[in-house]
Amino acid sequence: MVNPSLLPAAPKVVGPRGPKPTKAISPRNIMLYGTLIVVALYYLLPLYVMVVTSLKGMPEIRVGNIFAPPLEITFQPWIKAWAEACTGLNCDGLSRGFWNSVQITVPSVIVSIAIASVNGYALANWRFKGSQIFFTILIFGSFIPYQVMLYPIVILLREIGLYGSLTGLVIVHSIFGMPILTLLFRNYFTSLPEELFKAARVDGAGFWGIYFRIMLPMSLPILVVAVILQVTGIWNDFLFGTVYTKPDIWPMTVQLNNIVNSTQGVKEYNVNMAATILTGLVPLVIYFVSGKLFVRGIAAGAVKG
Amino acid sequence: MPASRRPNQLFRNLNAKIAAIPMILTASVVFLGGTAWTVFYSFTGSKLLPKLKWVGVSQYERLWNTKRWIVSIENLAIYGICMLILSFVIGFLLAALMDQKIRFENTFRTIILYPFALSFIVTGLVWQWVLNPEFGIQGIVRNFGWESFAFDPLYNPDIAIFGVMLAALWQGSGLVMVLMLAGLRGIDQEIWKAAKIDGIPAWKTYLLIVIPMMRPVFITALVLITSGIIRVYDLVVAQTSGGPGLATEMPAKYVYDYMFRAQNLGQAFAASTMMLIAVLTVVIPWAYMEFGSKKHG
Repeated sequence: MVNPSLLPAAPKVVGPRGPKPTKAISPRNIMLYGTLIVVALYYLLPLYVMVVTSLKGMPEIRVGNIFAPPLEITFQPWIKAWAEACTGLNCDGLSRGFWNSVQITVPSVIVSIAIASVNGYALANWRFKGSQIFFTILIFGSFIPYQVMLYPIVILLREIGLYGSLTGLVIVHSIFGMPILTLLFRNYFTSLPEELFKAARVDGAGFWGIYFRIMLPMSLPILVVAVILQVTGIWNDFLFGTVYTKPDIWPMTVQLNNIVNSTQGVKEYNVNMAATILTGLVPLVIYFVSGKLFVRGIAAGAVKG
Repeated sequence: MPASRRPNQLFRNLNAKIAAIPMILTASVVFLGGTAWTVFYSFTGSKLLPKLKWVGVSQYERLWNTKRWIVSIENLAIYGICMLILSFVIGFLLAALMDQKIRFENTFRTIILYPFALSFIVTGLVWQWVLNPEFGIQGIVRNFGWESFAFDPLYNPDIAIFGVMLAALWQGSGLVMVLMLAGLRGIDQEIWKAAKIDGIPAWKTYLLIVIPMMRPVFITALVLITSGIIRVYDLVVAQTSGGPGLATEMPAKYVYDYMFRAQNLGQAFAASTMMLIAVLTVVIPWAYMEFGSKKHG
């Protein structure tokens, strides 16, 4: 704090005026940045422990502590996690789960966004009788615990012969991604100037013409947000992956849980941690690359328009 | 609504209706139909397969007489209350810290939010390792010479639920912070100036002026956190598998286990109906406050 007696006499003014003098080192700043750094360390700690553990050999893990940096760096755990770790009878590592997750995520993202953007477009520009009601049900549906709808969907998928298949899981992801994505696209299309739509109508463009030639190209910003939201969401999914697939096509998260929490054999913590990082890598890369867009995505998902 | 007497009412705007078929099917068949189906079959004695054998409320009676369910509810209550309070306090404090016109704000935000990009499975497994009593925090403190130090949340049934909470907070508090920060940024700077002129200390301004003004953000966060709490499943499966004993069992896990392991569908449906009721008691008042009072949608 600045000693008031050091200031030039200014009896008429109570309190400081003008921009605050900024000092780099003040008790306030030390407290502020000190707290922030401690907080940041707390959040970084598990990531650090994961990386460090995955680079150690098992003998070193048994004698040392989990925070110590590796004395001898080895990439063997990574290789084992990727190519050799066992789930049940399959011993080809997490690579299987990785490719399964890719095969699940890519079509799910495309299909769910395609459906939701058309939905949003219809809700914004082509309202019909009852459209609002279905939209309301959709939004309310997003709050229903998944457990309530798990079994009816099992039956539905079984009826159409898709239970336990990749296609079935893609359908499930499209269904449960629909509320939030539809909301995103509807709000975005509503915010576009209406003249655009009217002009296209006057020029004779129809429903699909306007969608493909005008609305879709203009929705690029929200499209990116939706892709980020969906890729991380679907990649991280565990529940639908366990319920609607069979071991051959298990997504990465399910396989990871099976590898780490399997009760047979000696626990290989370094392999487990390498496998854990591998599974978290895709969403982490998306997060660090997309930065602000990711934040916008979750904010859009959270704060309803 | 004026009753229009058009003969081709159904075919007006046909393309939009065709395009909306997936939405209509999802909303009516899956969300409405599926929920109704589950609630309906919770009154039957379905075992391995759904059967129309009416048993009244006996599934519910059995549910509330099952120790595992009661323990799950207690766990959820402890976990839920603590999570709610801590999420709000930590989220708000972090947001207030970030709002002090600090340098490197982006860096700090990136660090605090990154766990949110990770799945609950990854979160659970990491914290299982960090909290490992032999090699983790407890082992390290003991190595320093404090032999009797005990911090083994995942092996001590009394505090296991707090071990899960530690992981959940690590994963989710970044989101609450981002929401709160958006709320703080939405507060007019004039308010701060006015409070300063009146000589109100900063903490009082936060408590008495800013927080009441952030009501919408708080409600959004409340709804988000609560529905997340009731759903908690993957985290527990990965971190503790519900153990030790029943110490971290959760209702969502009860449903899953009875549905796909114990082959007692009726129990699972009754339990999931209870979960639905729990969510509705939160969502309906919220929806009523949010959309019922405004009427300008």
